Amino acid sequence: MKHTIFPDSKGYFGQYGGRFVPELLMSALRELEQTYLSLKDDSSFCAEISRLNATYIGRPTPLYCASRLSEYIGGGKIYLKREDLCHTGAHKINNAIGQILLALRMKKKRIVAETGAGQHGVATATVAAKFGVECHIYMGTEDIRRQSLNVFRMQLLGTKVIGVESGSKTLKDAINEALRDWVTNVKTTHYILGSVCGPHPFPMIVRDFQSVIGRETRQQVLDCEGRLPDLLVACVGGGSNSIGLFYPFLNDTEVKMIGVEAGGFGIHTGKHAARFAGGKIGVFQGAKTFVLQNPQGQIQETHSVSAGLDYSAIGPEHSFLHETDRCKYVSVTDDEALQAFLLLSELEGIIPALESAHAVAYLLKNPPPKGTVTVVNLSGRGDKDVLEVQRLLNEKKGKNV
Amino acid sequence: MSRIVEIFNSLKVKNRKGFIAYITAGDPTLEFTENLIQELSCIGVDILEIGVPFSDPLADGPVIQEAVERALEHNTSISHIFEIIKRVRKTNKIPLVLFTYLNPVFQYGIENFAKDASDAGIDGVLILDLPPEESLEIYPVIMRNNLDMIFIVSPTTENSRLDEIVRLSTGFIYYVSHTGVTGEQSNIDSEIKKNVNFIKSKTEKPVAIGFGVSNPEQVKQVSGYGDAVVVGSAIVRRIKEYRNDPLGPKKVANFVNDLLKPLR
Ligand SMILES: Cc1ncc(COP(=O)(O)O)c(C=O)c1O
Repeated sequence: MKHTIFPDSKGYFGQYGGRFVPELLMSALRELEQTYLSLKDDSSFCAEISRLNATYIGRPTPLYCASRLSEYIGGGKIYLKREDLCHTGAHKINNAIGQILLALRMKKKRIVAETGAGQHGVATATVAAKFGVECHIYMGTEDIRRQSLNVFRMQLLGTKVIGVESGSKTLKDAINEALRDWVTNVKTTHYILGSVCGPHPFPMIVRDFQSVIGRETRQQVLDCEGRLPDLLVACVGGGSNSIGLFYPFLNDTEVKMIGVEAGGFGIHTGKHAARFAGGKIGVFQGAKTFVLQNPQGQIQETHSVSAGLDYSAIGPEHSFLHETDRCKYVSVTDDEALQAFLLLSELEGIIPALESAHAVAYLLKNPPPKGTVTVVNLSGRGDKDVLEVQRLLNEKKGKNV
Repeated sequence: MSRIVEIFNSLKVKNRKGFIAYITAGDPTLEFTENLIQELSCIGVDILEIGVPFSDPLADGPVIQEAVERALEHNTSISHIFEIIKRVRKTNKIPLVLFTYLNPVFQYGIENFAKDASDAGIDGVLILDLPPEESLEIYPVIMRNNLDMIFIVSPTTENSRLDEIVRLSTGFIYYVSHTGVTGEQSNIDSEIKKNVNFIKSKTEKPVAIGFGVSNPEQVKQVSGYGDAVVVGSAIVRRIKEYRNDPLGPKKVANFVNDLLKPLR
């Protein structure tokens, strides 16, 4: 089966996806869908994106052969797709650039967005500054605490950061608040959703804008290795950096794909964000997908050391790829991610985002066999995390005394 | 004929406008809710909307968000709500609409939900995050169980979709009178009259207007445009105020009574 025909015209990936939103948002979603469909193959629109990719984001990002990491793990060759080298330090800007161009075409004067790790917030604040558009970012207060550097970056960029105190004070609560803002100001405002979740057409649009990661990777691997990779690995929060890497390879059946979710303190503790291990199908924030929830359908709070993976639902296309078994989904714990964070810093001179460290941690536990070629999506850099890692390491030291 | 259709027919005969009150089930307790349903029915509220608490009420403003938190502190669930409705129904015929997000219903199971709701004595269902486009599976199940299914029309609803919403909606059509989340508004949108007239040019079905109505003057003003007025957050705010008062349900009803007066 060709996986690339999805979503269907109603926004479904098999049984997942759709558009489960209050009536007030229906016209805005239809306008967004129509605008996007009319532009996505438009040569001037595509040329504008390519030009900004090259001159503003710094694309193509390198595919780097991590030889010391490969040697340490002791198996096959490991490449890192260096999305951490994108302007603003993560893949999130690939989507933010695309969506702000859509917003401008729709003549929206104001942007709202949610952020967890702050990377999507920074990316959105950045493009809003570049195009001179007013921008408000919603962020859970727990995330404001642990990603404080990014909060200040957004403020420097002229964006207003609004703390969200409800629920677990993390990403899902920020999305609720951004949606409430959008409902209220829908006539003037575009909501730049930061991952492949939410109602149709967001999962499709964000995936398409992020697919530049996989398209470049495909060419780069062919150039260095003369063949396709055996394995792709990426962390999965909402699922945008992973689908961006995976999507251009979905029809290459020989390429295996692993999505790594946040195992938090461990699945058995209930404090994690592993939607496939701990969740079931539900309808949340606009889409039918796997959701962590209690038997009455109340959404469960999640835990992860990384704010960007700390989310109760997963993008609907991942639910579909999970169901069809095209991709495998696993989880690693906070501690494993932290070890990978330290290891990559020491071995390769690359400090990864805690999110991306989850993908590296998978390989530490599951060394790819000799002779194989693996690509890990290094979705972001770790500068935003150094204070939180320092705090966590001190906490651990304290415990050991 | 459903109880909802019946009440609108009798309002028409009496040449009166309807008053619909929203309350969150289990706020602050199920017992309070049960008593409040009885009180509100006694003072002549025409239809009650019973909110099912959901952890992530993304169409609601702060007042109802807090109500939901109070209700979820003691895990109010759909089953609990059906239990109190069953008891209320022994003595009381007030039309009841369940106002909910989809996920709790989805987890309960659509078939079971519709059957149990109907058995308990619920008359209609409004699912906030279920536009008609997504209701293909659910709609026939709701109909088969003789429940009304109410859909929302908003100021942003495109004309191309209005016909379908109006066709599917049974009992009444809910017109959301301002773009935003639930909550009290100081100014009522002047477009309401025009938009409601446009809906009424398409259908004989009654139109209820809600979101933002909070005082007797607004009740009077808005009721002129449609067949019924919905008040939610303003009532929920009083529930919070009187939540620890043994006479709480009565005091909330006194407040609602003042809102009702302009319609009598
Ligand atoms: C660096 C980085 N990687 C990954 C993620 C997770 O999001 P997604 O699964 O959409 O790529 C985030 C989200 O904030 C992030 O900042």
